[in-house]
Amino acid sequence: MMKLSLGPIQYFWEREHVLDFYQQAADSPAEIIYLGEVICSKRRLVKFEDWLAIGNELKQSGKEVILSSLTLLEAASEMSSLKKLCANDSFMVEANDISAVQLLSSAGKSFVTGPSFNIYNGRSLQLLAGKGLKRWVLPVELGLDTLKDLQGLRPDGVETEVFALGRLPLAYSARCYTARSHNLPKDDCQFKCIDYPDGRMLETQEKQEFLVLNGIQTQSALTHQVLDQVPELAGLGVDVLRISPQNHGTMEILNIFNKSINNNTIDNLGEELLEFIPNGVCNGYLVEKAGMDYGTRQTA
Amino acid sequence: MELVCPAGNLPSLKAAVDNGADSVYVGFKDDTNARHFAGLNFTDRTFEKAVSYARDKGRKIFVAINTYPQPKGFERWQKAVDQAAEFGVNALILADMGVMDYAAERWPELNLHLSVQGSVTSAEGIRFYHENFGIRRVVLPRVLSVNQVAHVITESPVPVEVFGFGSLCVMVEGRCLLSSYATGRSPNTYGACSPASHVRWEETGDGTNTRLNGVLIDHYGEGEKAGYPTLCKGRFQVGDNTFYALEEPTSLNTLSILPKLREIGVSAIKVEGRQRSPAYVGHVTAVMRAAIDECMKNPHGYRPKEQWMRKLATVSEGSQTTLGAYHRPWQ
Repeated sequence: MMKLSLGPIQYFWEREHVLDFYQQAADSPAEIIYLGEVICSKRRLVKFEDWLAIGNELKQSGKEVILSSLTLLEAASEMSSLKKLCANDSFMVEANDISAVQLLSSAGKSFVTGPSFNIYNGRSLQLLAGKGLKRWVLPVELGLDTLKDLQGLRPDGVETEVFALGRLPLAYSARCYTARSHNLPKDDCQFKCIDYPDGRMLETQEKQEFLVLNGIQTQSALTHQVLDQVPELAGLGVDVLRISPQNHGTMEILNIFNKSINNNTIDNLGEELLEFIPNGVCNGYLVEKAGMDYGTRQTA
Repeated sequence: MELVCPAGNLPSLKAAVDNGADSVYVGFKDDTNARHFAGLNFTDRTFEKAVSYARDKGRKIFVAINTYPQPKGFERWQKAVDQAAEFGVNALILADMGVMDYAAERWPELNLHLSVQGSVTSAEGIRFYHENFGIRRVVLPRVLSVNQVAHVITESPVPVEVFGFGSLCVMVEGRCLLSSYATGRSPNTYGACSPASHVRWEETGDGTNTRLNGVLIDHYGEGEKAGYPTLCKGRFQVGDNTFYALEEPTSLNTLSILPKLREIGVSAIKVEGRQRSPAYVGHVTAVMRAAIDECMKNPHGYRPKEQWMRKLATVSEGSQTTLGAYHRPWQ
């Protein structure tokens, strides 16, 4: 049976919001919970020690807890934080950058790789398995055909996770786009991200909701969701489906996916899901189309 | 500092060599490299000529095999590695860990460089590729400030190459999926960003629209010069403002900081643009050659000459240039 995971929070939320969120998550069907700041090292309302405390509470509620690492490392201070994270003795780490893989593998520790970590072929997967890879998230731009091939090449003891719902992590930059949208430089960002708990919308000049600005990260405006493919993913031997936290409705979404997994059905659940989606859905990547598209896979 | 210049065809390669490139990097005519454009790159026959032209003039030739193969077609990347190795090229520029693993095992003597598409921004990351595959050089993504580059260099086990001129990626390379989100094709999977196959230019009553797979990237008024719809360089609306929300159409130009790059220990300067014309390659190579020579001869008295800046501005996107992430306020 596929498990559900709750990915790391991509956005900058108020501390109370984060604490409430994980209190709810403790009672949710998510069996695996990823914790930590993955976007911007200036977001420090929840500190490393707080994440450990949240992790310990969730562990006591029976959850598997993973600490997620920063995706784009630039400053020396970020490397120091990463070293501290990788040296923790309580939880496994999700490596979102090769630096984390190097630190963890040279310390003989097992690890997970996140959705922006590039594993595109069997040789990469096998190499990393030899370094301590226990679970990997399929890079979000890859589809069912490649997933199927990779499942065939997957070494024993490595679990596969698929990014199943959320705005897609598409790009990372040195530049902070949320600050830029307020005409502020990154070094004086005034923590504007706090005003956008689901990111800040970027529209085309025709008002098409296209992308979402989340600090140095750019996301899709549409929510990627793979509900239609749940039975197929189960058939391919996928172990974990990841739900990416959003400002509202995350627990409801977890429940919908849980129903789908348990009953191996998608009956009417898609309609139910739409209620909790901020700006429409896409699934193009999974069905081998443009990421922003929505549809079914064309069989050759 | 070594000058590394691009070539998408034989005339460009000659232009690079004749104007003073120390090394020229090229790609094969398929999706194994990140400039997979129609009419570009080298076949077996032109590659052989390229190698001998560079070699006769005592210059180095590198082959970029810097996209990410999926299981179907992985052998195409192996073949590219073998072909380049058999010609005795000076280095391969690789991004994917699986391809790197193959190359290091099959051709242990061959120089491997980690491509900018490898997306590595720290000495720890570089160490992974050095320990596992023995890489001899790394090309850093265009996301670090000069001070951050300096820090990486002090800790890196291998020499560091950085971008000195050309079109500017504003996202960390190798982890940017904007293009495949809009079109299904990305630099990682297909070797192209904002591919021409998905571009549409549309005359409207009041100017020109540029679209990428139907998505409006920019609208140009009457008399405004319409640019290529590279996804991250369009004008979009955020809040009440319509502006270049990600980046202006602009090129990276490091002429003003060459002495600094030298001082911090940069080993090689790369020019972007395998997709550009032989004239571009010739002009940029000549300017960069003169500038690097001047900088090495007289680092303290060095100033970028106005004629160099003018020349580079004429071949820049939107005729403007920037220091990009090297310069903190840009961020």
